[in-house]
This record gives sequence, C-alpha cells and structure tokens, in this order.
Amino acid sequence: MNSFLLRPSAFVPAAVAAALAVVPFAADATGQPFWLSFFARILIYAIAASALNLALGFGGLVSFGHALFLGLGSYAVALPAAHGVSDGWLHLLLVLGSCGLLALLVGAISLRTSGMSFIMITLAFAQMGYFLFVSLKAYGGDDGMAVSATSRFLGLDLGSAGPLYAVSWLVLLLLSWWMTRLRSSAFGMALRGARQNSRRVQAMGLQPQRIKLAAFVLSGMVCGVAGMLLANMNAYVSPSTLAWTVSGELIVMVVLGGMGTVYGPLLGALVFLGLEEVLKGYTEHWMIVMGPLIVLMALLGRGGLMGLLERLDQLFVGGRDAAGDGVSAGNDGAADKTAAPAEDQAGEASWQPR
Amino acid sequence: MAATLLLAQFLNGLQYGVLLFLLAAGLTLVFGIMSFVNLAHGSLYMVGAYAGALIYGSSESFALALLGAVVLSLVVGMVLELTIVSRLYRRDHLDHVLATFGLVMFFNELVRIIWGPQPLFVQVPEALSGTVTLFGLNYPAYRFAIIAVGLAVAVSAHLVIHKTRLGMLIRAGAQYPQMVSALGVNIGLLNAVLFGLGAMLAGLAGAMAGPVLSVQSGMGESVLIATLVVIVIGGIGSIKGGLYASLIVGLVDTFGRVLLPMWLRQVAERSLADAAGPALASMSVYLLMAVVLALRPQGLFPVRRS
Repeated sequence: MNSFLLRPSAFVPAAVAAALAVVPFAADATGQPFWLSFFARILIYAIAASALNLALGFGGLVSFGHALFLGLGSYAVALPAAHGVSDGWLHLLLVLGSCGLLALLVGAISLRTSGMSFIMITLAFAQMGYFLFVSLKAYGGDDGMAVSATSRFLGLDLGSAGPLYAVSWLVLLLLSWWMTRLRSSAFGMALRGARQNSRRVQAMGLQPQRIKLAAFVLSGMVCGVAGMLLANMNAYVSPSTLAWTVSGELIVMVVLGGMGTVYGPLLGALVFLGLEEVLKGYTEHWMIVMGPLIVLMALLGRGGLMGLLERLDQLFVGGRDAAGDGVSAGNDGAADKTAAPAEDQAGEASWQPR
Repeated sequence: MAATLLLAQFLNGLQYGVLLFLLAAGLTLVFGIMSFVNLAHGSLYMVGAYAGALIYGSSESFALALLGAVVLSLVVGMVLELTIVSRLYRRDHLDHVLATFGLVMFFNELVRIIWGPQPLFVQVPEALSGTVTLFGLNYPAYRFAIIAVGLAVAVSAHLVIHKTRLGMLIRAGAQYPQMVSALGVNIGLLNAVLFGLGAMLAGLAGAMAGPVLSVQSGMGESVLIATLVVIVIGGIGSIKGGLYASLIVGLVDTFGRVLLPMWLRQVAERSLADAAGPALASMSVYLLMAVVLALRPQGLFPVRRS
C-alpha cells in the first residue's frame, strides 16, 4: 500500500478513475448536465483508445483505420433500431459479430503487409467504410440518422445519461482489468514479443501473424463496443464517426497517454478531449493550436504521460523497484519504444541515416 | 452506350490519373528512400492550389500562377523538411504519422481562418477555355492541358531517373539506401532534394486542379488518400509503378462511377441498384487495392531490393 502511494504511475490513474466515478453526483449537485455528457464522451473515447492500444501498443500494429470499428459499432445500433429493434443484447451481439468479422477480414488482408503499407491499407479500409455509409441514402447518407430506439438491457436504457455513464465507467474499469491480465498473460507476452521481433517469436515455435490477427480482431470488437456506447449517448450516428481524422485522433490519444500501458489511453483521452474543450473555449479555430501541439508531441514525446509518471516513480522510490510488478505497466512501455524502431524494421532498414 | 461518352469518361479518368501521378511521384520517392510517411503532402497540394488561385486572381496570368504555386509549395516544403521532417527520419512510422497528422490539422485550420470555409472559384485560363474536338467529341481544352502536363512530367521524370546522376542516386537509394550512404553520398541531402521536388509537383498539381476542382480547406485529404492507394498499388518507391497505378486508379474510379450503377440497374431491381450503385462506385478503388494486396502484397511494380 505504501509503495502504491509512492508510485504516481499507479495512483494517478486510480485517482482519475475515482474522480470519474464522482462526476455524475457532482454534475447532479451543481446542476450541470453538460459535464456528465462531456465525461461520458471521455470514457467512451478512452475505451476506443484502449482497444486501439491493444493492437497499436501491445502488438505494434499501426492501424490508421480504427474509426471503421467505432463507426460500425455505432451503425450496428442505429440500423436495427431504425427497424424497431431495441433489445440491447441483440445490439451487443450485432456489434461484436460485425466488428469481429470485419476486423478478421481487414486484419487478414492488412497483415500480409507491414510498416507503411499496413498504415495505408487500414486507412483505405476505413475510407471504404466511410464512403459506404455516406452512400446509404436510405439511412441518412451524409447527414447521418437519429437512433430511434436506444439499447435496452433488462429495464436499463442506455439512452438516458445516468445509466450510460455508469455502464461506460464499468466497461472501462473491466477493460483496464482485462488489459492488465492480458498484458502479462502468455498471449500478451507473445504479442509484445511479436512487436519487438517477429522472427524470434517465430523461432520459438509461435505464430506471430496469428497472434497479431487475434489482437487486431479483439481490438476491433472492443472498439465496436465504444461505438455502441457513442451511438446511445448521442442518439445519433453519422459517417463522420468513420472519418480518417477520428482514426488519427485515437492514435494521438494512445501515444499521448503512453503506448503499451494499461492506463495510458484513459489519460490520453482525458487530456486530449479536455484540451480540445479548453481550446474551444478560447477560439473556434482550436485545431490551429492542437495541430502544432501534436507535432511537438511527436518530436519530443517518448512514452507519453505514463512514461512521465514512471519517471516520477523513480524520483520517489529511486532505482528499479519502482517498476516492479508490471500492474502499472512498468517502464516497459518507455523502454520498448526506444528499442522498437530499430528492431521492428530489422529486415528492411536497420541502418539509420545521418 | 455511345462511344463518345466512353471516350469522354476515358479522358476524365486519364486527367484524374495524371493529377494523382503528380502527387504520387514525389510521395513514393520519399516513402521509398527514407521510409517517411508524409500525410502533409495533401497540404502542400492545398498550398499550391491557394497560391495558384490567388496569384491568378490578382495577376490574370496563369503561367505566373503556376510558377508562383510551384515556388511557394517548394518554400513551404523545404521549411517543413528542415524544421520537422528531417528530425523524424530516424524515428518509426508512428511518429511520422503523428507529426504530419498535426501538420494537416494546422494547415487546414490556417486556411479556414484566412480564407474561410467557402471554396475559392478559379476561372479556366482564357487561352484554354475552348473545346477540342476529338472523334466527334467536344472536350474542354483545359482538361487536355492537364493530361499533357501530367504526361510531360512523367516523361521528364523518366529521363531524370534514367539519364542523370541524380536519377542514378534515386534508383540506388530506393533499392539499397545503406549502400548509397556507405559510398559517401549525403543521403539526407538527397532526401531533402526529393522532398523539395515532391513539394513542387504537389504544388503544380494543386494549381492545375484549381479550375476543375474546388479550392477549399481540406481539399488535400481526399486526394492524399487516393494517392496513398496509388502508391500501395504501384509498389512503394517505384515511379513507374506510381504512373501505371495512377492511371489505373484514375480510370477505375471514373468508369466505376459511371458504369457500375448502370450495370447494376440491368441485373438487379431498380431500388436496390439505386442504393448499392453509388456505394459500390465510391468503394471501387479501395476494393481494387484490397484485391491487389491480397494477391501481391508488394504492389504491382515493386522496387527490387537486394
């Protein structure tokens, strides 16, 4: 317990999660329902970013197309709802089924390539989905459509703000717990190994491509769940959820928070969307500030916010003890990242210019 | 279907294809040699389009507008290269994506602040405002000019790459950058030159596209994504692949939009055809890419790496 308090990388995420649990009561007490929907959005994007982190952070799969699964998850609620289906379990089944199948297809084709091609192919698949939903004129096309029947689970209606927030918070908590376990499971170890050096993993008798594909499919399915929550929150879906900028923003959240860490995506989503909201308060042209900040992050950033917190850990405790049990994601994220660029491309360009 | 309609669509596809080639040529070399992922290439295209539109609007000289667009996008490109891009060559692709994604946001918003969200209107230059009659088809002269410029660039690119020392370095660099560097060539400088060339071609494409497409914030993205598809289909680092893939993508996209809905109407019910036709048409290019990659992950014309 003592060491927990001495480790910012452990107690900061815990404090954030606890603070997020209090938000509904605070919003209720102050009569500011805006805060409830704002933080619900943060929770939902944290879930989506966590999903992306499974592929990007753990597996090293730079997917520039995860908006596809976010959007498909939304439409998997809106389309049946348009035909009068409001059963939440059925929605969930559709979300998981459609996103899982699509991720299997996209992953199987995309994983035949690596590096730059992988980035572009995932982007192209997301664009394909975008244009598909834009051209579905019967379902609103470009303008999107209202979700006429929000998901209902045993008397719980995700369409109302309170239950939606509670469910999102719980899903994120469960997801973080699952990611903590997955990270140190045999599957997680093999996946992280495959990211650093696919050949060595193969030499150990494992099948790195299958492992990566499994991670991509899981990632797509969880991202779909985030899309389902998003559709219920807005009671509205539109192709803009599948825009390529959304994929980019998800990547920014993951990297900002700390790739390959469990709580990084939550911190990344919180800071990114929080910053966006603050900047929007000053100017409608908030992207003119956000753009250069992202460039700076790419130029300077190593390990993201979690990396920063872990450096604080060492200040408090000193030495190596800080990153002990790996529950907080340890310093693995930061350490991997410096090693990765050279190792990942060992096949094609281990040599570095300049 | 009337042969003239087919011919018109063929020329439209060709014109879109050469525009894509102007963007793909520069991008594929920077990809191939330094493995740099540059999403901001579309922004350089936008810079060229705005520079062209504004200079043409004030000077009435389209030649001056083209020159100004090329020079300005070169300047912007070199500033980006020196301040940001060159610092990122040694990093992994994720950092490239992030940094250039931030740049795209910045440029789009900058344009929105200065010129607002509404598109600029660019007149077709007077000398090229007529039509040319080809096999009984009246086709705008300006669009012919675009095709001519694109093909001229393709021919000069071929000559530069196969007949000059720079071209030799480019070919060698695309195959084996390590060895080129080991032979004492300043490959950082080589890449800066390529980045500048790419920026100029992007600016040229933007200025040329001004009178036929709308000049507005975010105009670079759709073209950029189509260009990425071209590069992936053609094979990363290959100019020749870039040219063939540009023309294939241009033609498939154009014919897909015209022919697919028609065919669907013949085989399926009208309501279904009207719903699915446009969807399939706008996806045709991406479907093509998926098929190519499923069969040949390296693209159609991969650079032979030793």
